[in-house]
Amino acid sequence: MSVGLFNYWVVMFLMMTGFYIVMASRNLIKKMVGLSLFQTSVFILYITMAKISGGTAPILAGPGTTYSNPLPHVLILTAIVVGVATMALGMAIIIRINDEYGTIEEDEILSIDASD
Amino acid sequence: MATAFLEHLPILQIVVPLITAPFCILLRRRERSWAFALILSWIVFAMSAMLLQRVLSEGLIIYSLGGWPAPWGIEYRIDAVNGFVAFIVSLIGAVVLLYAPRSVFSEMPDLRANLFFTAYLLCLTGLLGMTLTGDVFNVFVFLEISSLASYALIATGPDRRALMASYRYLVMGTVGATFYVIGVGLLYMMTGTLNMADMAERLQPVLMTRTVLASFAFLAVGLSLKLALFPLHLWLPNAYAYAPSVVTAFLAATATKVGVYVFVRFFYGVFGTRYAFDTLNLDNFLMPLGLAGIFVASLVAVFQSNIKRMLAYSSIAQVGYMMVGVGLVSVTGLTATLVHLFNHAVMKCALFLAMGCFVMRLGSCELEDLRGIGKRMPVTMAAFVAGGLSLIGIPLTVGFISKWYLVLAAIERGWWPVAVLILMGSLIAVAYIWRVVEVAYFHEPAGKAAQAIEAPLSMLIPVWVLVGATFYFGISSTFTADVARRGAEVLMAGLAP
Repeated sequence: MSVGLFNYWVVMFLMMTGFYIVMASRNLIKKMVGLSLFQTSVFILYITMAKISGGTAPILAGPGTTYSNPLPHVLILTAIVVGVATMALGMAIIIRINDEYGTIEEDEILSIDASD
Repeated sequence: MATAFLEHLPILQIVVPLITAPFCILLRRRERSWAFALILSWIVFAMSAMLLQRVLSEGLIIYSLGGWPAPWGIEYRIDAVNGFVAFIVSLIGAVVLLYAPRSVFSEMPDLRANLFFTAYLLCLTGLLGMTLTGDVFNVFVFLEISSLASYALIATGPDRRALMASYRYLVMGTVGATFYVIGVGLLYMMTGTLNMADMAERLQPVLMTRTVLASFAFLAVGLSLKLALFPLHLWLPNAYAYAPSVVTAFLAATATKVGVYVFVRFFYGVFGTRYAFDTLNLDNFLMPLGLAGIFVASLVAVFQSNIKRMLAYSSIAQVGYMMVGVGLVSVTGLTATLVHLFNHAVMKCALFLAMGCFVMRLGSCELEDLRGIGKRMPVTMAAFVAGGLSLIGIPLTVGFISKWYLVLAAIERGWWPVAVLILMGSLIAVAYIWRVVEVAYFHEPAGKAAQAIEAPLSMLIPVWVLVGATFYFGISSTFTADVARRGAEVLMAGLAP
């Protein structure tokens, strides 16, 4: 059974939501949340293009078996690791920003910098 | 043994810094980790010089990772273009480390210094990997290795604003990299391959589909963010201004250059000149943005009070020159871009390293603190002036060579106004370099500058080596221009058979 383009609409919705949060939010942590959502939507994009309804994993599959393309899954495994690393580094920087400025609101940080 | 070594040269220069980077932490003492990183970076430089030499004498080198042949395994494809870019990156990496210890140790606490060298080696790994690989997803992985390392490096800056600069770069860099992955995903949908050469071939029948058009747009924007093409440059000025001097010198000379290389590789190589420039007219988009970048960034540079920020804006203008070269879509235009990759790396690195000497002696890079510094630190200031002359494009410096080829390429296409605009851009460079020269030489030393003494020899030697290179390659440009022309011919031919 085909699900048509449903997944792609979900991907697009998540992608734009995440991207909007990155641009519109003034709170540094919320920005990271948006960024994470944005990245995750791409994971779904990759998985969707590889998945075939009813397909299995191509491990010990005999000829004639329907299987999903394993390569995008593997690529996304790498991209997930990259996403985790980005998130960890971003959060670490936010902790340091909070130590130095005492706030994680972008506007307040900018006004502190401007008054220096 | 020797032949096995030569055979694995393409991967060795990436694997060696990647595996040895963690040892810099284990060495504990910052002097030891520096010495270790220095030796490694010179080994990497030697390897990339050998590789370039082999590419120039034997032509294209193809290396299959783990022995898996091309469309299935990851392939490293080294030709005159990326051999040259890898040579630039590893050269700068090695020279900057030679300079690094005094500057790094004065700008950051003991605890962080050996971690610094780990991140530095990882950044070098990422940049070299992006350059040498022939696999589009591999580019993404190395892009993230180098970006994550550079966010960390920028955040170690002495000023707390470095943190905010690093955070902003992280957000914009990740958005750029994610755009890149989306573009690659869409291309994979249509071609079922990740190998650049294979992809270029399989794209031919499906070029006009909407999926490929969308991926074209995503890749153009994502990569433009990474290489700081105006107006997507907003992350750059603060990141360069507040990072430690050594990091600024290294990143300014390498990171955006590798971005330009990947951009060119994609649009000339994978998509092909005819599709990207004749059908979709990417040049109509690059040309105005490149020229606008030259003017806006140069004008903004004139009004900066922080000299590192001024030089950062000048870097954005230089990216503009490179993209104008790309947008001219001719062998001469691409030659200008590739020559400028090398020339700008050398001169900007020299300028930022000279700034690093001032920062160490004065603790500041504000213009007003540099008053009369020409009398107190004459050798450093002379290096700065030499670099500045090259940035302007005075004959006998490398800057002149770049502008010469660029103007030549514009005239070749019959675009006189572009040639005139390029020369006018140089005049603005005179204005911002002159401001520093005036303050440094025509004022009496005051404040901190009055007590400053000349920078130590260990820092002056690398600076002057680079300044020497700006003059050497400015007078005898045969090596750089020949390699660049061969690279440009390879690029114009594209990857599709």
